[in-house]
Amino acid sequence: MANCAEHSVIQLAANEQIFIPKPYIIMNKFIIGFFVIISAVIGLIVVNTVNTGQYFQTVDELLSNPNMQGRNVRLSGAVLGDTVTYNTDTLELRFEVVHIPGDQKDIDAQGGLATVLYKATTNPNAQRLKVVYVGEKPDLLRNEAQAIMDGRIGTDGVFYADTLLLKCPTRYEDQVPQQSGQ
Amino acid sequence: MLLANLGAIATFLAWLSCIYASVMSVLAVRKSRADWLESARLAAFLSWPLLTLACLLLIVLITQGHFEVAYVSRVSSWNMPWYLKVTALWGGQQGSLLFWSWLMSTFIGVALLRDWKQERDLYPYVISVLSITLAFFLLLNNVLENPFVTYWQDAFGTVSTALFPPSGTTLLIPEDGNGLNPLLRHPGMIIHPPMLYLGFIGFIIPYAFAMAALIVGRTDDAWMRVTRRWSLFAWLFLSLGLVLGGRWAYDVLGWGGYWGWDPVENAALLPWLSGTAFLHSVVIQEKRGMFKHWNLALVIITYSLVVLGTFLTRSGTLSSVHAFAASSLGPVFLSYITLMAIVAMAMLFYRWNSLKPERPLESWLSKEGLFLLNNLLFMVLVVTILWGVLYPIFSELFTGQVITVGPPFYEATTGPIWLALVILMGVAPLSAWNVGSAKRLGKMLWLPAVVGLALGIGLSWLYQLRWESAAGLSAAFFTTLVTLSEYFRGAAARRRTKNEPWLKAIWNMAIRNRRRYGGYFIHLGVVLMAVGIIGVELFQTTTQGSIPLHGSLQLAGYEMHYEKLNQFVAPDGRSVTRAVVSVWQNGRQVGELYPRQDFYPDTQQTSTIPGVRSTLQDDFYVLLVGWEPIAAQGATFKIYHNPLVNWLWIGGIIFVLGITFAAWREEA
Repeated sequence: MANCAEHSVIQLAANEQIFIPKPYIIMNKFIIGFFVIISAVIGLIVVNTVNTGQYFQTVDELLSNPNMQGRNVRLSGAVLGDTVTYNTDTLELRFEVVHIPGDQKDIDAQGGLATVLYKATTNPNAQRLKVVYVGEKPDLLRNEAQAIMDGRIGTDGVFYADTLLLKCPTRYEDQVPQQSGQ
Repeated sequence: MLLANLGAIATFLAWLSCIYASVMSVLAVRKSRADWLESARLAAFLSWPLLTLACLLLIVLITQGHFEVAYVSRVSSWNMPWYLKVTALWGGQQGSLLFWSWLMSTFIGVALLRDWKQERDLYPYVISVLSITLAFFLLLNNVLENPFVTYWQDAFGTVSTALFPPSGTTLLIPEDGNGLNPLLRHPGMIIHPPMLYLGFIGFIIPYAFAMAALIVGRTDDAWMRVTRRWSLFAWLFLSLGLVLGGRWAYDVLGWGGYWGWDPVENAALLPWLSGTAFLHSVVIQEKRGMFKHWNLALVIITYSLVVLGTFLTRSGTLSSVHAFAASSLGPVFLSYITLMAIVAMAMLFYRWNSLKPERPLESWLSKEGLFLLNNLLFMVLVVTILWGVLYPIFSELFTGQVITVGPPFYEATTGPIWLALVILMGVAPLSAWNVGSAKRLGKMLWLPAVVGLALGIGLSWLYQLRWESAAGLSAAFFTTLVTLSEYFRGAAARRRTKNEPWLKAIWNMAIRNRRRYGGYFIHLGVVLMAVGIIGVELFQTTTQGSIPLHGSLQLAGYEMHYEKLNQFVAPDGRSVTRAVVSVWQNGRQVGELYPRQDFYPDTQQTSTIPGVRSTLQDDFYVLLVGWEPIAAQGATFKIYHNPLVNWLWIGGIIFVLGITFAAWREEA
């Protein structure tokens, strides 16, 4: 009751009184509170978006844009089954991916994801990129799978993936499975 | 073929009856015709037996192996066990949409069966809103994603799918189907999707009531009470679905993870968050006559988020482990969401003035103020997560560059908000209505705060002292202490006045105020879940290595011995490679685990199943990653040590029990 001066007191009965605070003071109190909380959260959102946001890139885009070196990137490409090697001692997984379009519209226009992946892996002229990933070998890693990787491209032109997601649309058109590694 | 046609007809008739019900119920009010209303009601009811028939027919088609039906062919195969054939009903886009509509018709049936004495004026509009919604989903079932279409082949061998034979074609009957996606062949498939669906669809009833109240202009709270129970019911199933999904991921899919901030997981979390906000703020409306606009808005937002989540899952807009492939549903869904949200919000503004609060808000530290803060925090979570989910779409729209945010974004941004919510759970129960006094609260809270801080820092120090874990665990202990002392205070008072023994006093106190004490029980569940999450997120350690037979690996005070490797073919055709490992602690064997990999030759897909030793203290989680040819016997393992993770599941169970207790019976 430190703010008694701000309240008008209505005498109801000898031993009963209620405080009716002046509305504008209350409104200010709440508006300031809201403002503080909301601006703190907006700050959090902006800072974390900038720090953790990932650029979605295709193999072509990544290779043609030197600015992307060392940047946090999400890359999508078709897996070349023959290039997969897995060192079970170090859990180092190496494979190559081939460029596929990033835009769903382009993929649809070219006959769907399964077709795009098939064309990419059988096209000798498409751009390729070496990928290194350390961890378990995902169950779905095989030829013509779509790999979605988070990581960075190094100065050696190799893509170092921190996470690896795979999609195999060949048979499960309806329920494209996907699995993540860490 | 006959069965498929029958199913398609039943689905179509259900659609017609919904359209009829939605129009007739409104006309009945306009013309004051009770018989028309009755006919609308019966039509709305009729959708249930029709859709039940359609779902049963689809199950029969799947279990009998009618592979000429495209859906059956896509989601099932001969060698699947029968229980998975039944779950194949919701294993793909078309079937799960039909199942969704069936559940919705069940909810509608139950809602229309209840006693409507107090809400007679709302009744026609509730029928109408519910029927329109169901009609929308049935439109998808009938036109865009019909599960009963069959394969047809023409003279040139071209295969098409349609309900009725295109000219010059004959029915194509494949020998076998593709089978359910191996990742879905798990007992979790029986219960996780139906629970989530129940949770999602349950919010349709509160939404229908809210819309009806807005249309009629009802400003009293009677309908709100009805709504609250339905929301609690939906919330229960949504919570169950989320927890079960987490457990399934932990056991099979996630390799030690339980939550991946996957867009579809987020889409399920969003209505849960706004539903949680609603269940809190509705208390304020009932007790104090405040927050009326806000509650209506929350009901509308929650249902909109349900539809948005369904849209994101089913349109192929976002890629995720749960998503269905790209489909034609997008534009239809988007139009529906937009229209629905605009109409609802317009109605809310139209009735704005009749929903004035009965008293003003006094202080942040009053109970009302803290409930408001709770709501603010939940909605801030909704906005944050929605931002993360939609950011790729917006960034492409505005910069032409798709930028995504992943788990690091969600963890860093929502972490402090979760922390604030846990602390708030401890403070709010002690606050008083109307007045806020920092002095009074401080007097009651300093002791639990100090003890909580000591325990939190202590427990964190046992594993690894970090400020995040110390803060999180301290908040958890603080809130636990305050909540337990609330039980204690109430029970002690009862013990004194009624002379009852402790347990009886606690029970009698709780059943006389189910919402309050059920709510506290839910809070305890949440706090325990928070402890589990802190444990696995901040204290998890991992190691990996290739070892020869009888070799060993060490992690976090445990030693794992590799004993044996078996390979065999299971009855359903998958070939299994199974390792036997023993787990030792302080020179004593504490368990034997069987991590394995299943290989499905028909789909060329493997599935990795961990071996886990669980205690209240930690989980020792072993994955068989690879192996040399069977003669050489060497194998590669990855091991996770997940401290405290079981409190996540225990908390989940307590949480669900708390909701059940709170929702059990309507209070006087």
